[in-house]
Amino acid sequence: MRHLLSVRDLDRGAAVGILDLAEDMADVATRAVPRLPTLRGRTVANLFFEDSTRTRLSFEAAAKRLSADVITFSAKGSSVSKGESLKDTAQTIAAMGIDAVVLRHPASGAARVLADGQWIDAAVINAGDGMHEHPTQGLLDAFTMRKAVHGTASRGTGLDGLRVTIVGDILHSRVARSNIWLLKTLGASVHLVGPETLLPAGVGAWPVTSGTDLDDALAGKPDVVMMLRVQGERMHAAYFPNEREYSRQWGLDDARLARLAPDTMVMHPGPMNRGLEISSAAADSARSLVLDQVANGVSIRMAVLYLVLSGSEGRGAV
Amino acid sequence: MTARTVLQQADITRALTRIAHEILESNASHDGASSRIVLLGIPTRGVLLARRLGAILEQLAPGAAEVGALDVTMYRDDLARQPTRTPSPSSVPSDGIDGKTVVLVDDVLYSGRTVRAALDALSDLGRPRAVRLAALIDRGHRELPIRADFVGKNLPTSQTQRIYVKLLESDGQDLVAVFDEEDQG
Repeated sequence: MRHLLSVRDLDRGAAVGILDLAEDMADVATRAVPRLPTLRGRTVANLFFEDSTRTRLSFEAAAKRLSADVITFSAKGSSVSKGESLKDTAQTIAAMGIDAVVLRHPASGAARVLADGQWIDAAVINAGDGMHEHPTQGLLDAFTMRKAVHGTASRGTGLDGLRVTIVGDILHSRVARSNIWLLKTLGASVHLVGPETLLPAGVGAWPVTSGTDLDDALAGKPDVVMMLRVQGERMHAAYFPNEREYSRQWGLDDARLARLAPDTMVMHPGPMNRGLEISSAAADSARSLVLDQVANGVSIRMAVLYLVLSGSEGRGAV
Repeated sequence: MTARTVLQQADITRALTRIAHEILESNASHDGASSRIVLLGIPTRGVLLARRLGAILEQLAPGAAEVGALDVTMYRDDLARQPTRTPSPSSVPSDGIDGKTVVLVDDVLYSGRTVRAALDALSDLGRPRAVRLAALIDRGHRELPIRADFVGKNLPTSQTQRIYVKLLESDGQDLVAVFDEEDQG
């Protein structure tokens, strides 16, 4: 694998392969020395042009567990605030000799631009580009669901027949987009729920069903309920009247939590707005897989780093 | 390309039986007391051989040996030179390998680099009392100071030759053959 830009580049075999590899990586975390020498001598640059806690830390932990060196760059306090372009920043970092770039950028398609442009030779991993995709989040969500369904017999399996309901701010969510395409590839079915204003105009062309009533959707007994963060920073217009009304209609509150079947998985990509899209009781309940998602993220990112950084295909002289 | 059969099914079984006896013998003579034996096969065919050895040991000395698999992909030193390798799952006894005698099992011993990787992998898993190496075929051409404790057959080869090990479980037949790659000029 040369780059990881979009889950739509992965066929079922490749996706299951990454999840299986992540199983091996997860085993490493349980050992006395949770570290592999695999990427010794390789350097991974985390380029974060947008705020992030868990994705950046998760990639950093993953790279370190594989013994790679990590350079972390965040736009705040860097020359980006002086007006440096993505190209110049990337070339500057590349000149320092790096093997992979983990890119988080507010512009949709930024990772593709960096991968297709001839500016740098490094592998590019998309860690979230605008409102487009967040492939490793999609993969870790699929991994978490697979683990919850199949347990230790997960290897080689997909998510056939699993019914997933994704709730909230679909419009601004790259997490939703990556999940939708990957879940379809793995055989799950997806239902989207959110206010009309936060469902994308082209939703009819996606391989999903959609609706605006959360209670209707929950009455259908989905296997997974994935709550999305209301992305206030991307909302430059009024998408819903006020937070209380949003919470009442589309939040996973205590009453809705109580109506879920006991084995329904509650997921959230984080960071959570407690009390807005998810209540504290729901976030901390036994059904909640939020912390599993974080733990699995490291395993998934180790698998992805291994795949883009090992192997001699498609790379120039090493 | 010409092929020459080196070992047939009966030969392989006989070699494994002898190795099983040797493993028991060397383990018992180890300062009087015997420790638990863990046979760790190196994927893919080493795992199958380890299982066979385990079955033979179970007949000779019930309960003396456990069988597992040790994937060494993540410890190889040639990851950047080869196409991406897909690791296989490892499985080690649930109570670990500390204080036990680990016997690494592989089909062909060649450069020794796989075994070097396996030793590194082992040291991340724990501290065995001793580590031994069993190989069905030792074809020479070592690049590291490593030798096998138990060998099915020493097979002097040239580096242009290739060795194929086929096992019933994975290939439908038991066979070891040497192929001469003819010089195409």
